[in-house]
Amino acid sequence: MTATAAKTMPAPVRQARPAAQVLALPLRKQAFSDRIFRAGRELAFQLVPPLITLALLIGLWELLCSSPTASLPPPSRVVTDTWELIVNPLYDNGGNDKGMAWQIYASLKRVALGYMLAAVAGIALGVLVGQSSLAMRGLDPIFQVLRTVPPLAWLPLSLAAFRDGEPSAIFVIFITAIWPIIINTAVGIRNIPADYRNVARVLRLNGFEYFHRIMLPAAAPYIFTGLRIGIGLSWLAIVAAEMLIGGVGIGFFIWDAWNSSLISDIILALIYVGLVGFVLDRIVAFIGNRVTRGTAAS
Amino acid sequence: MANHYLSIEQIGKSFSRGAAATEVLRDVSLSVARGEFISLIGHSGCGKSTLLNIVAGLTPASTGAVLLDGKAVDEPGPDRAVVFQNHSLLPWLTVYENVALAVNKVFGGRKSAAERRQWTMYNLELVHIGHARDKRPSEISGGMKQRVGIARALAMEPKVLLLDEPFGALDALTRAHLQDQVMQIHATLGNTVLMITHDVDEAVLLSDRIVMMTNGPAATIGEVLDVPLARPRDRITLASDRTYLKSREAVLKFLYERHRFVEAAE
Repeated sequence: MTATAAKTMPAPVRQARPAAQVLALPLRKQAFSDRIFRAGRELAFQLVPPLITLALLIGLWELLCSSPTASLPPPSRVVTDTWELIVNPLYDNGGNDKGMAWQIYASLKRVALGYMLAAVAGIALGVLVGQSSLAMRGLDPIFQVLRTVPPLAWLPLSLAAFRDGEPSAIFVIFITAIWPIIINTAVGIRNIPADYRNVARVLRLNGFEYFHRIMLPAAAPYIFTGLRIGIGLSWLAIVAAEMLIGGVGIGFFIWDAWNSSLISDIILALIYVGLVGFVLDRIVAFIGNRVTRGTAAS
Repeated sequence: MANHYLSIEQIGKSFSRGAAATEVLRDVSLSVARGEFISLIGHSGCGKSTLLNIVAGLTPASTGAVLLDGKAVDEPGPDRAVVFQNHSLLPWLTVYENVALAVNKVFGGRKSAAERRQWTMYNLELVHIGHARDKRPSEISGGMKQRVGIARALAMEPKVLLLDEPFGALDALTRAHLQDQVMQIHATLGNTVLMITHDVDEAVLLSDRIVMMTNGPAATIGEVLDVPLARPRDRITLASDRTYLKSREAVLKFLYERHRFVEAAE
């Protein structure tokens, strides 16, 4: 048995060698198309489940709202009602009568300004609270109380102070977004490993060098967590604030549509608000991933 | 003067937490000559790291003083570069940038940018890590990280190099390799070195003198052993050398007969 096995062994090996060579070329081609196939499958894996969910939801909605007595329009009615708005996002008839793109642009401008201010002030205050235990003891209890005040509760007060809608809306964004930025930055600063501090001390880094060579990079993952929560909250707050201050903006657009009983317009606006909020979140997350690429993995 | 390049004079250290105070070190005195390689050995919890941190200036002493080259030590500085146990490289900087940070800070005013670049590369090559200059710490092995840590410390041209269990976290083969490199660097540059270790063989192989610490609390220097072995030393020929074996035995006896580690003391 073993003898025959040993005798027949070399034969298939010798035969297999040219066979393998012949196979090598198509194998590589196959690998390339295989990669495309695999990438496509990966994409389908990501895209198909949410698309199915979406289709089911729309179907259910259509089913529930298609009766003539339904108080809300079905998706098909929403599309026909708002077709003008969908295909003409850039029209401008003066006043508040502007396309969806302008409405969203106006809201984004307010968010951008308020959020930028919140990011700068929030990181600065976070560094202060994280670095000095005296500042921590003095400021943290106040922050903990103030951060629970709902964004809209600030609006009447800021209207009284600024006597104008525009700065009031920006202030509401600012005061909404700043708390998570402060708190996360402070936690990040407090969690800087003692080793990094010791390195800085041995090297005798001065305050500024320590700040930008050690502190910012070490706390960056935390800071970006705060920034990401902050951008989400800003976008939540702007819609509500704009409903009250009026003017151009997606929030007032929704309120205006409600007053004119244009339910389909409201639904379209909600979809846009959701999509823009999603994109904002992803942008901050993307920047965060880029910036903290080295820090997170250590 | 030459005999007292670094002198540790009657250092005592107690930590107080609330009303309770723990005395970690009492009356530690040691003189180190320029170019000497000293190992500190003792059971864990005996205050070796505290002593090293006091010399580094990272921890203030409760009593006593540390003098280096005639000046009292009261704050950390690049003249007492530390190689930390867990390498402490900054993960967002590349290998080169980690060393360059130290070089630029220490020699910023004295060397031109080109000289500093050259000096950074020189130190990376000294520990044979130049090929990984653009890698981040997360992309290299533990032994390589520790080498970068050593390069960073050497690049500061310290008066005394402080090694806090530099090879503790490494496997035996990597450790032997790094010990050889440290010996080679010590032979070339003639640094004054103070090293903490747990490893008896490492202490005997590398040191001119081994400082053995008693168990805490209130630990102090129990004994100082001279290691009269000629340099360069070779671990294979030393393995059967009588002086080496006797030194090794002396340290083992100190650690396991006279100052056994008492579990309850922890």
